[in-house]
Amino acid sequence: MTGSVSPAAAPPASLARRAAAALYRHPRAQLAGLLAAPLGWLLLAYLGSLALFLVTSFWRVDSFSGNLITEPTLGNYQEIATQEIYRTIAIRTVGMAALVTVTDIVLALPIAFYMAKLASTRTRGIMVVSILLPLWSGYLVKVYAWRLILSEGGILNAALQPVGLKGPGYSEAAVWLVESYLWLPYMIIPVFAGLERIPGSLLEASADLGGRAGMTARRVILPLALPAIAAGSIFTFSLTLGDYITPTLVSNTRFIGNVVYDFVGIAGNQPLAAAYAMVPVTIMLVFLLVARRLGAFEAL
Amino acid sequence: MTLPRGIRIALRIASGLLLAFIYVPIGIIVLYSFNAARVATWPITSFTLDWYGRAIGDGGVRAALLASLQAAIGATVVSLLLGSLIALAVQRYRFFGREAISFVVVLPLALPGIVTGIALNTAFRAIGLEFGLLTIIVGHATFCVVVIYNNVVARLRRTSRSFEEASADLGADTFATFRRVTFPAVRTALIAGALLAFALSFDEIIVTNFTSGASIQTLPLWIFSNYQRPNQLPLVNVAAVLVLLLSIVPVYLASRLTADPAAVAGART
Amino acid sequence: MRMRGLTALVATAAIAVAACSSSGTSAGPSLPTSLGNGEGALNLVAWAGYVVGGTGGEQVQGYDWVTPFETATGCKVTVKVGLDSANMVQLMKTGEYDGVSASGDATLRLIAGGDVAPVNFELIPNYKDVFAGLKNQPYNTVNGVGYGVPHGRGANVLMYDPSVVTTAPDSWSAVFDANSPYKGKVTAYNYAIYIADAALYLMKTKPELKITNPYALDKDQLAAAVDLLKVQKTLIGKYWGTAQEEIDGFANGDMAIGTAWLYQQNTINAAGGKQVASVTPKEGATGWSDTWMISAKAKHPNCMYKWMDYIISPKANADVTVYFGEAPVSTAACAEAEKQSAGFCDQFHAADEQYFKNIWYWNTPTTTCLDGRGDICTDFDAWTKAWTEITGA
Repeated sequence: MTGSVSPAAAPPASLARRAAAALYRHPRAQLAGLLAAPLGWLLLAYLGSLALFLVTSFWRVDSFSGNLITEPTLGNYQEIATQEIYRTIAIRTVGMAALVTVTDIVLALPIAFYMAKLASTRTRGIMVVSILLPLWSGYLVKVYAWRLILSEGGILNAALQPVGLKGPGYSEAAVWLVESYLWLPYMIIPVFAGLERIPGSLLEASADLGGRAGMTARRVILPLALPAIAAGSIFTFSLTLGDYITPTLVSNTRFIGNVVYDFVGIAGNQPLAAAYAMVPVTIMLVFLLVARRLGAFEAL
Repeated sequence: MTLPRGIRIALRIASGLLLAFIYVPIGIIVLYSFNAARVATWPITSFTLDWYGRAIGDGGVRAALLASLQAAIGATVVSLLLGSLIALAVQRYRFFGREAISFVVVLPLALPGIVTGIALNTAFRAIGLEFGLLTIIVGHATFCVVVIYNNVVARLRRTSRSFEEASADLGADTFATFRRVTFPAVRTALIAGALLAFALSFDEIIVTNFTSGASIQTLPLWIFSNYQRPNQLPLVNVAAVLVLLLSIVPVYLASRLTADPAAVAGART
Repeated sequence: MRMRGLTALVATAAIAVAACSSSGTSAGPSLPTSLGNGEGALNLVAWAGYVVGGTGGEQVQGYDWVTPFETATGCKVTVKVGLDSANMVQLMKTGEYDGVSASGDATLRLIAGGDVAPVNFELIPNYKDVFAGLKNQPYNTVNGVGYGVPHGRGANVLMYDPSVVTTAPDSWSAVFDANSPYKGKVTAYNYAIYIADAALYLMKTKPELKITNPYALDKDQLAAAVDLLKVQKTLIGKYWGTAQEEIDGFANGDMAIGTAWLYQQNTINAAGGKQVASVTPKEGATGWSDTWMISAKAKHPNCMYKWMDYIISPKANADVTVYFGEAPVSTAACAEAEKQSAGFCDQFHAADEQYFKNIWYWNTPTTTCLDGRGDICTDFDAWTKAWTEITGA
């Protein structure tokens, strides 16, 4: 109250401050500064290697010595397009990826809804930790645990025996089971987050207007949760599409990942592997575009 | 909110069942880490603690664990830097190619790991880069960036720009604004993202398979090669259980830090 | 390797021509004339069960033949267990390893690709004692130039679980016949080279196909083998890709009969619990003789030479062959093996060249027929694609 408060003197124009001022006046420079390192990284390390990968798909290898011949050719793509087995495997893989995604959506929704809307804060916290924790137990270890469960003398068969049923053993059904299991957390978490963002008031309003649970779910919850579901789908779909380890361990059949891996490893035929790998890449790019339309990128 | 009681109970049961489903294989792993037999069959006939003793003394496990930690820390640091830079750029500015960049950034996680792995492997060999810890970190950082990016973008989206503008009005320069306004706002998102990026890197096998060399082996690679070696199976189960126990604390921290539920949304696991 | 004089000569010449004309094969590094001291380290690629002991080898309680080597030479050994031959070729191409225990379906590819160097046998004193039947073999000797030392040899036997397969089988029909009583419990090696096993079966059961060498298949013969393997797929419970998978499969009851290496049998029986048995069926069998080869880009060549000499020395060779279950490489090694397991050499026909005339060692199929019919045969690329077709259907 007494005395005057002299306005704080402007801070001295240090180098940092002058630079900051310059940046402020030139937002583009600011942007460039932000983007330079990451873009350099992305472009060089990632996109560059992807581009190189694409280029190799137009080359071929000498089938005996395994050495690369860098003359461009469409031979690899021709081979993939004409041989029926590659189409069969691709369709099988895409089908499995879709099935696993749908399964995970169905499994995730109830638990995600419970966590988002019904659980107490403490329970919610515990459940989030419980769902995230298995991600640390190791992908391979979990698949091997499933191998034990599914084997002939394993736990599943032992448990089903009194009822007279038998487990799927090693088969495509086993792949579906294990893949759905592995990627479940990747679906639960975004869906949970998406459901949490739905204001409770909307649900109340729907009930006030006479909507019963089913109608509220169909007309209010699902559309609002769609971006989150799409976001989770990106991961379950993509992870199943490229997996080769699980099919090898719990089935006798081959998926896209197996074929790509076989070509690179067994045949040493990387160009053919690259050409076939373009199939899942293309599929995922299309999937991503659709998912973006559904708003998935905001819900990731 | 008010739901019919039947539905509440049904949901509670469904959640419980699902959690049980998630943890049955984990339980198997824990169980078999005590299996005395070298070959894993059901049911287990004899139990032993020997494997835990051997695992702690085993040089291979320790080396692999150390390698995994180094790779994960390296990848997390790199992706923290790059991820937050891109997130700031995309979220706070409008520029040509913004849509494209936000699309491209997601690719490393969305495209199959085998593609990323082979592509990086080819590129490294083309430029003659020696395979080792560096190449592993590069490979991991490529998809860890996505995790950080998602987290920070999600948080920035909910942080009003008015705070930053107010800060500028009060005389703070760009750096000061960042230090005192923006950074604190995204700090917990960064930490949560970092913990998740760490987890991703720690457990990754497919890309690592193609980007590591002879000299170094991360824990997942060690597990993979030891599954091929007879007589080592129980040791692998022990390693898995130990890692699981060690990770309870960081995961708990992550979930507390992201108590802001919307931030969990950005937490890409 | 079942090749009579002239055909062997023609085949070798053909391979030599292929090796010289394919891109990437230069004159190669010149042969070393003397060995210096060990470089202190040695990075190997090997099959499971070949490099056991020390700190960098596989860890198996009670077995260690790496530590004596490390003590004597100062070369600290690490081993990367190869998943299969293709994986080993791929690993050697990276240039990160000094040597590899390559089977015949990998050796010629490694040689043609310039990934391995010729060997100066004068620097390997124990080589002179190796059985004559293992020297100068077409799969590791090109144009008279040797590329490695033999590790041992063995056959792919028909392994079975006596509690399920109550009468001992004597024919591969148990795993190929559509009416096999073991449907759902049959296993096979999940790798393209297994096509040769089918071809061998056809060689004896369908002579009208005129197959004379299971690795020399023209398009029609390959198609016949593929058809047989598609029939087999209906019998398969689970394929095995690594020894451990087969060990688990038999132990868990998922598999009851199928092709195996004696290594799996030994490991299963040693674990107590379930016991398995095996036979060499009347149609004969495919087999393998692995060769230790030195990388053309070896960073520790002296250590590698010392290893090659060590692993064929009597005691070490006896250790590894008894552990794995394959025939040792020399009379002296046999004598050592007999001390560990009486009757070992007879059981494995170590000195019985007549026995091995009926075993078709893994070899690399090439377009130039290995039986001398000309350029009408299918190569390993075609076999790999055929295998994808069989298993992916």
